[in-house]
Amino acid sequence: MAYQDKLIANDILAYLCKHENKSLLRFITCGSVDDGKSTLIGRLLYDSKLLYEDQMAEIERDSKKSGTQGDNIDLALLVDGLAAEREQGITIDVAYRYFSTKKRKFIVADTPGHEQYTRNMATGASTADLAIILIDACKGVLEQTKRHSYIASLLGLKHIVVAINKMDLVDFSQDKFGEIVDTFSAFSKDMGFANIQYIPMSALNGENITAKSEEIPWYDGPSLLAHLETIDISSTNTREPFRFPVQWVNRPDANFRGYCGTIASGHIKPGTEIIAMPSGKRSIVKEIVTMDGPLEIAVQHQSVTLTLEDEIDISRGDIICGIDGPAEQSDQFQAHILWMSEKKLYPGRTYLLKTTNAVVPVSITALKHKVNINDFSKAAAKALCHNEIGLCNLSLGRPIAFDPYDNNKTTGSFILIDRQSNETIGMGVLQFSLRRASNIVWQDLEIGKTERAIQKHQNPAVLWFTGLSGSGKSTIANLLEQKLHDMGRHTYILDGDNLRHGLNKDLGFTNADRVENIRRVAETAKLMSDAGLIVLVSFISPFRAERNMARRLMDDGEFIEIYVNTPLEVAEKRDVKGLYARARSGEIKNFTGIDSEYQAPQTPEIEVNTTTLPAINAAKKITEYLNANGFLETHI
Amino acid sequence: MSLEQQKTNLTHLERLEAESIYIMREVVAQCKNSVMLYSVGKDSSVMLHLALKAFYPARPPFPLLHVDTGWKFKKMIAFRDRRVQELGLELHVHTNPDGIAQKIGPFTHGSSVHTDIMKTQALKQALDKYKFDAAFGGARRDEEKSRAKERIFSFRNAAHRWDPKNQRPELWNNYNARVSKGESMRVFPLSNWTELDIWQYIYKEDIQIPDLYFAAKRPVVERDGMLIMVDDERMPLEEGEVVREEMVRFRTLGCYPLTGAVLSNAVTLPDIIQEMLLTTTSERQGRAIDRDSNASMEDKKQEGYF
Repeated sequence: MAYQDKLIANDILAYLCKHENKSLLRFITCGSVDDGKSTLIGRLLYDSKLLYEDQMAEIERDSKKSGTQGDNIDLALLVDGLAAEREQGITIDVAYRYFSTKKRKFIVADTPGHEQYTRNMATGASTADLAIILIDACKGVLEQTKRHSYIASLLGLKHIVVAINKMDLVDFSQDKFGEIVDTFSAFSKDMGFANIQYIPMSALNGENITAKSEEIPWYDGPSLLAHLETIDISSTNTREPFRFPVQWVNRPDANFRGYCGTIASGHIKPGTEIIAMPSGKRSIVKEIVTMDGPLEIAVQHQSVTLTLEDEIDISRGDIICGIDGPAEQSDQFQAHILWMSEKKLYPGRTYLLKTTNAVVPVSITALKHKVNINDFSKAAAKALCHNEIGLCNLSLGRPIAFDPYDNNKTTGSFILIDRQSNETIGMGVLQFSLRRASNIVWQDLEIGKTERAIQKHQNPAVLWFTGLSGSGKSTIANLLEQKLHDMGRHTYILDGDNLRHGLNKDLGFTNADRVENIRRVAETAKLMSDAGLIVLVSFISPFRAERNMARRLMDDGEFIEIYVNTPLEVAEKRDVKGLYARARSGEIKNFTGIDSEYQAPQTPEIEVNTTTLPAINAAKKITEYLNANGFLETHI
Repeated sequence: MSLEQQKTNLTHLERLEAESIYIMREVVAQCKNSVMLYSVGKDSSVMLHLALKAFYPARPPFPLLHVDTGWKFKKMIAFRDRRVQELGLELHVHTNPDGIAQKIGPFTHGSSVHTDIMKTQALKQALDKYKFDAAFGGARRDEEKSRAKERIFSFRNAAHRWDPKNQRPELWNNYNARVSKGESMRVFPLSNWTELDIWQYIYKEDIQIPDLYFAAKRPVVERDGMLIMVDDERMPLEEGEVVREEMVRFRTLGCYPLTGAVLSNAVTLPDIIQEMLLTTTSERQGRAIDRDSNASMEDKKQEGYF
């Protein structure tokens, strides 16, 4: 609803013209549970006379039913929209509100205070110009206050309002206010905020919300609304380097080829020379096409279609840049990641990284440290848990064009996607390229994999045996190797126990170490298959994600997953190495099947059930598979 | 003033337009088989106009889908068919055949049964039939409280259900539209528009909308505090009800028996905007289906309604 301007009734056309030229401010409200965020927004809407009668009637009705303010109107009910939230009296999801005053148009993201919904706060912050951080005057600065301030800083927010709320409960004490100001300014001094406005208020009673409070005479700053209406947020200018992430290529017929996108920074005019990154191809802008006719200039935030003078190959994922200071390109980065999934992030695992316009496989090659948000100290870590922030090294499947996040939010940010569930499980901001991509070039040797394989009269393969300890993996692998050796094939067995004595002896049995263990084995198997060998890998490898990672590492069709399916009771009864007994007695921790999960393959190439199939027959079954699929064919 | 200085800051309507175009292009770039839900109302008209802009000079690379309950205003259907023909677009019209067989209607079965079978179930049938993996809808976050928390890319499982606690975080303008087989995305390019923005954009861009939005003499009956237009002979008159001619218009369009008219003299777009700005009730007030219970929109969405 809009501000009740006299012009509406008197001169609607004049009003529309004025309204159209208002600027837009997007802000978030955040802070701990019960600091009064929803009440604050409700109060802003209520005091600005922005509520319709039917909305007010509904709120009055609901206040009696489930409100927390006795006979008074519970303004928080205005924004706590979902039924679950009303029942629990908390804000679960980000709620967006729209209102305008005489001076500005506003979009508010009301973000949750509970720790498990921190990802939603980050969501709200990623599109905001300003953050209001609420602090309960009775409680002072809490852990969540610091967490939210840190996220606001990480996401590059420059304008902060510290709303010190519930001042009525501390008798509008100036000392109390001063204390909180000192604490906040001390811990936030290195966070890069350009502007922090501290406002003492009571959202419940409307003190210092839309008008200056008479209860707080010692405060000489603006009311919240006055501050929001006047703060200068324009940070962008047309002198910034031109960035145009290509979103979609428009080719209705052979005569037209246009590159669609939204300008991330800078501006563009016809006749300007451009360079597409990461390909490095150059051309000149022919026309800025829109349905309303060609444009003489297009600026930041505009969605347009560019045509070029030359037929060069540009596609989604490229960024069209000005030739002075184009975006960088790399496949190795350092980045801060905020993890958003219940499933932990482990270095070595692979995910999908999505930039504004490209999707690339990524592996986290190193977790350098995680950030303790209480004192912002750095701590070593082997994994990132839900809501934790860490500094990571990333290795991408192919190079992308990018800018450091500090220079450009659009081209310097990414999300991480789970390959199986497609869920968004993390967000990150790029800091800089590690520049390893250009230093380490894979040696292009004269003798390749094919030559080596031909010499051995075989096709390389990686036979990956997975199953519980004692399931019979090694027994079958040994029998199979014997058979293949008899047939004159060149083979090698990588066995879990043997590798842990050497290459992997620095690794334990935590989930993080298991991931790294498998990564090394997979890389070793890849080198051996490159040497032309048939590699037999005999590893429990309990996690599906790691086996899939190994699969992706090999050439197509080369990875053969063999599920040695033995029920836990049977394997435990065999207990060849006496390990199950020790695990049951608690002597060995994290033992697969006992207190650590085994994720069975869903679609293995081969499955052998050792309760019904003797090991020698299992080996025979695998040989038949290799024969049938051409792995044992002799090269001519 | 140089060209750059003149054109540095976009107005909020230009920003909204650019954002919606970006969202539509993102769907086409990421999804294989998308569709635009076209409900013939003002929001659909704006959405269609934005789609024409987003893909110009090509036509929008997806068809339109209208879920026809069989109880829409006659003028809506006429408007729909004329627009589709003028623009040369592909349109799928779907009506729930089970609902037709059972003669489901708002007068005989009540608003909630009618809405469930002829809108929610019908929509799911149509999405399954064509195997769409993304469907654009014209919903706005300012319409209703549970919509205020809706994502722009809203994930639906294979049964089309919306789980508010299991939605993907939307960071920056980086939308993740990846789905597995059977799952889909509902995409709302007008999420950040308000009712005023819609009207102002219609005015500025001269977008065609059905006449029903403008005041005219129409035959209406007063029922349950709402003015219901007698659009065809299927409307049974209850005892004491009299059909009378009034200057009325509609703030939203849907099934005629469920859509309340407002008394109005607004015959131009500025009149409508002025009236909207001076009114003291929200636009959904005229919709019978939202008044059943407080969380009713949220419930319907979980079942697969837009």
